[in-house]
Amino acid sequence: MYKFANPTLFMRYSRAVLPWTAAACAAALAYGLYLALFKAPADYQQGETVRIMFVHVPAAWMALGVYSVIALASAVALIFRHPLADVAAKSAGPIGACFTFLALVTGSLWGKPMWGAWWVWDARLTSVLVLFLLYLGYIAVWQTVEDVHKAARIAAIVALVGFVNVPIIKFSVEWWNSLHQPASVFRADGPAIHASILTPLLVMGLAYGLLFLTLHLLAMRAEVLRRRVRALHLARLEA
Amino acid sequence: MNGDGTMAQPLRLVAEGLVCERGGRRVFEGVDFAVASRESLLLTGPNGTGKTSLLRIVASLIAPAGGSLRLDGADDALTIGQRCHYVGHANAIKTALSVEENIAFWGAFMGAAPAGGALDAFGLAPHAGVPAGLLSAGQRRRLALSRLAAVARPLWLLDEPTVGLDTASQAALVDLMSAHVAVGGMIIATSHVDIGFSFNHSLKLGGERAP
Amino acid sequence: MKIAWAIVRRDLVLAYRQGGGIGTAIGFFLVVVTLLPLGLGPDIALLSRIAPGALWIALLLSVLLSVDRVLQPDHEDGSLEQMLLAPMPLELTVICKSFAHWLTTGVPLALTAPLFGLLLNLAPEAALPLILSTLIGSPALSFLGVLGASLTLDIRRGGLLISLLILPLYVPVLIFGVSASSSSGAGLTLLGPSLLILLALSLAALVLCPLAAAAAIRAHYR
Repeated sequence: MYKFANPTLFMRYSRAVLPWTAAACAAALAYGLYLALFKAPADYQQGETVRIMFVHVPAAWMALGVYSVIALASAVALIFRHPLADVAAKSAGPIGACFTFLALVTGSLWGKPMWGAWWVWDARLTSVLVLFLLYLGYIAVWQTVEDVHKAARIAAIVALVGFVNVPIIKFSVEWWNSLHQPASVFRADGPAIHASILTPLLVMGLAYGLLFLTLHLLAMRAEVLRRRVRALHLARLEA
Repeated sequence: MNGDGTMAQPLRLVAEGLVCERGGRRVFEGVDFAVASRESLLLTGPNGTGKTSLLRIVASLIAPAGGSLRLDGADDALTIGQRCHYVGHANAIKTALSVEENIAFWGAFMGAAPAGGALDAFGLAPHAGVPAGLLSAGQRRRLALSRLAAVARPLWLLDEPTVGLDTASQAALVDLMSAHVAVGGMIIATSHVDIGFSFNHSLKLGGERAP
Repeated sequence: MKIAWAIVRRDLVLAYRQGGGIGTAIGFFLVVVTLLPLGLGPDIALLSRIAPGALWIALLLSVLLSVDRVLQPDHEDGSLEQMLLAPMPLELTVICKSFAHWLTTGVPLALTAPLFGLLLNLAPEAALPLILSTLIGSPALSFLGVLGASLTLDIRRGGLLISLLILPLYVPVLIFGVSASSSSGAGLTLLGPSLLILLALSLAALVLCPLAAAAAIRAHYR
């Protein structure tokens, strides 16, 4: 395991793996979109707009999933001081924020025909919005603290504190929401889903996962290279 | 002063009976000196005798509590502050800008045609593209001193300019100072160590105080 | 003019490269907009009614809290004392720095305000008046904010003090800003009297604040 935390090896392996993940992602995305846009039946209540769900729900999954990746990588970075762990955490931040933003935008687009408003303070959407804010704070820490090592430690603590708070926020938002309105409209991913909907959803979820993997590897490579450039600058300055 | 280092008008900076008060304490009083073009003045004295304050008074960054300061021979409306370089303890460097961007900004802001060779003066030209945040303390000092070469101004006020500098950079500074005096500039400096520059005048602050 | 451009460009580059700039201000704006419904309840009709006022208050706070990066870093690293020695009058320097602050805070916030307005169910036809009024009113916020920053230059953790000093001065901007963004939304002419008063406030701030701020900066050095 420690072997793979070596940046040189990481650069070599990631370069070998990247074309495959990119190809797999493209294939899964194409198949998933085909299923979602053409195969899946239109909802008898929501009509064609239900198809937004196939873009929205996996994005919401990824929003939470990527934050978990950041928290995990941050924990590893704090405990084991792996050189790659904080690279992994840092480069996942903007990608996760993009997934979260996608979930918010598609949720809003979905909400317009459903509720007649671009935004309704639905419990799930509100939780995702708060998650988005956590992402923004995390990214801001990386940008603001100049010393890389200090930034890594502070950002890791921010990510872990946020991760612990996510369930608490989720619970409190749901409680707040139940005071004001009945159950959420976003029931599509509840337990009783027909296979014609579940299959495209899962394929799209897989495609999003592969997309994240590809983008994350790319971003990590860019970050490793960025740090090398920095190290080269420093070496030249000392010469 | 026209950018190429020639300072046509001979100037003479005259201070008479300067008094400095900081935080209600009288730091010094009755300080007189005169520095003309092609001359230099070294301020000496123990800590707390007001060397830095005197430089800042000359730069018009702080006002004297008494006495007068005038520049003879100037024929335009610029103030003494606008005719001087003040290199103080703070380096005025932005860590998020590159070495070149830092010096180019001060070149443009101080109102001179940015001289291309300013970074050569202290050997920073090879590092022009490096973010200034990566520089060591001594390199930052060199970057701050490069302002002297970037913008031509007749009066240089140098507060402990050699702090953090290696011997090669100290020699470069002395070269720069000699060249400045040779073309008709004026220098007032403070230093605890011997810079290796021969000053025309020296002024000891503190010590013998008027009874 | 070239000097003025040099300093505006420097501040823009710094705001872009360093954290705590444009993105953070927008993030803060979004947080405030998010907290409001959580405190008031998700009643769409209520939110829609208070949306212009809520957005304006969020804007005031975002501008105010970002204003300490205009002078404080330059004061700490010695850049500000160099600026006192420049051929350009300090008043003009302050104008340039305030203008750069407006470009990196007021403008992006004004342009995103209608987007966040969606969260508060702001009426779509109110989007244009909102952009217009925030664009015209936010220069006053920047100039007054920089004045506050100059007053608290030497004070460590002067953030609260800035708020106490400057928020009362934001009252007219808030009143006419909200008026301009809601009255013209109701089908009145876009260039109503409120908007003109807002413009007058910004112009007055442009002239008066740099004078006071430059005096305050000099006072800190004296």
